[in-house]
Amino acid sequence: MNINLTLIGQLLTFVVFVWFTMKYVWTPITGALEERRKSIADGLAAGERGQHEQELAKERAKQVLHDAKGQASDILAQAQKRAAEIVDEAKTNARQEGDRILTAARSEIEQETNRAREQLREKVAALAIAGAEKILRKEINAEAHQDIVNSLAKEI
Amino acid sequence: MAGDTLTSSEYIRHHLTNLAYGNLPAGNYCDGHQVVTDAGWQLAGCGEAAKAMGFSAIHLDTMFWSVVLGVLFLYIFKKAADAATAGIPGGLQNFAEWVIEFIDQSVRGSFSSRNELVAPLSLTIFIWIFLMNLMDLVPVDVIPALSQLVGIHFMKVVPTTDPNATFGMAIGVFILVLFYSIKIKGVGGFVGELTLQPFSSSNPLVNVLFIPINFILEFVSLIAKPVSLALRLFGNMYAGEMIFILIAIMYSAGTFMGLFGGLLQLGWAIFHILIITLQAFIFMTLTIVYLDMAHHEH
Repeated sequence: MNINLTLIGQLLTFVVFVWFTMKYVWTPITGALEERRKSIADGLAAGERGQHEQELAKERAKQVLHDAKGQASDILAQAQKRAAEIVDEAKTNARQEGDRILTAARSEIEQETNRAREQLREKVAALAIAGAEKILRKEINAEAHQDIVNSLAKEI
Repeated sequence: MAGDTLTSSEYIRHHLTNLAYGNLPAGNYCDGHQVVTDAGWQLAGCGEAAKAMGFSAIHLDTMFWSVVLGVLFLYIFKKAADAATAGIPGGLQNFAEWVIEFIDQSVRGSFSSRNELVAPLSLTIFIWIFLMNLMDLVPVDVIPALSQLVGIHFMKVVPTTDPNATFGMAIGVFILVLFYSIKIKGVGGFVGELTLQPFSSSNPLVNVLFIPINFILEFVSLIAKPVSLALRLFGNMYAGEMIFILIAIMYSAGTFMGLFGGLLQLGWAIFHILIITLQAFIFMTLTIVYLDMAHHEH
């Protein structure tokens, strides 16, 4: 066991190695490890946040869908109501129009009937008078049977 | 393999001799193989010459392999550090990050104060010692035989079997322990820790009498920290290396013993994987614990 100058040499070597490790090895590697740890933690946090946001978005989408459905059914109900109204209105209008046309037609028919009746009466009267004239000319004195002719004309 | 000209004890001694370079005084060394007339800096030709160099000797093999392995460690981790981003890590980066997280967890587990130095220190200790220990798994003769080819006669490839290496690190840790003890607790606090416990009394006079006893106890336990750190690692690795060398001797004792030795070497090497990792981990953990103790008032 010779203790000699090697001891000092080894001691100095040791010091230099430790210094080098401390300055150029340990610090950068632990720094990188720390940085990576941080970035992983950030990534996990971001992932969690994303998941949370997705859940919120899903919730929101559900809400929007629900609202839209509600609105759609409202609109549908309104449209149905409006359609029914329109149909009713149309029915009423049609009925009124029909009534009006019917009334007008009836009154026209009545007028036509009256007019025809009037003409007929006049024609029959004239015909009767003409017939009576022919008979009377042949047999009877017009004067003597004036009364009968008149009463006949009246009866028609 | 043990050469024909080597006896077993020579073989072992050869394997346990470092390549020493130092100031060799004049004299006659190594059974007349190395005769020095003028004292000067040169390679030691044998253990005897290395011993004669005294403190001036420096183990070139220990320095070389420890620096090469340390630089390898720093190169790999520097590469990983340069590529380090917060993005998806690649293979090398994954490995480096795995090691660093492991060290970080160990430090967090045993070190309760805040100190930017402790974790990088632990990483350096763990990987460096592990790599140096790992050299133990290279068959004991391979690198010495190769270096023999280029004319280097001694080559001890496991730096941690050299007490200089283990004491070098342990003393480095010890200096840090002293530095932080004094920095955190102040000189008074540190001296008080050494002299006013474990025995204390409410009577001041008795307390004064206790001071030398406390000091002896605490000083021994303080010194025991670096010594035990260094010797534990050195002892384990030295013993492991010795067993590999002894197994290697069996290769020269016939086919049967050689095959048996091969089996033993395989078994010991597999077991040794556990030891080298464990010793590196123990050195690191105790360093963390000692530094933690330096940061706390008792």
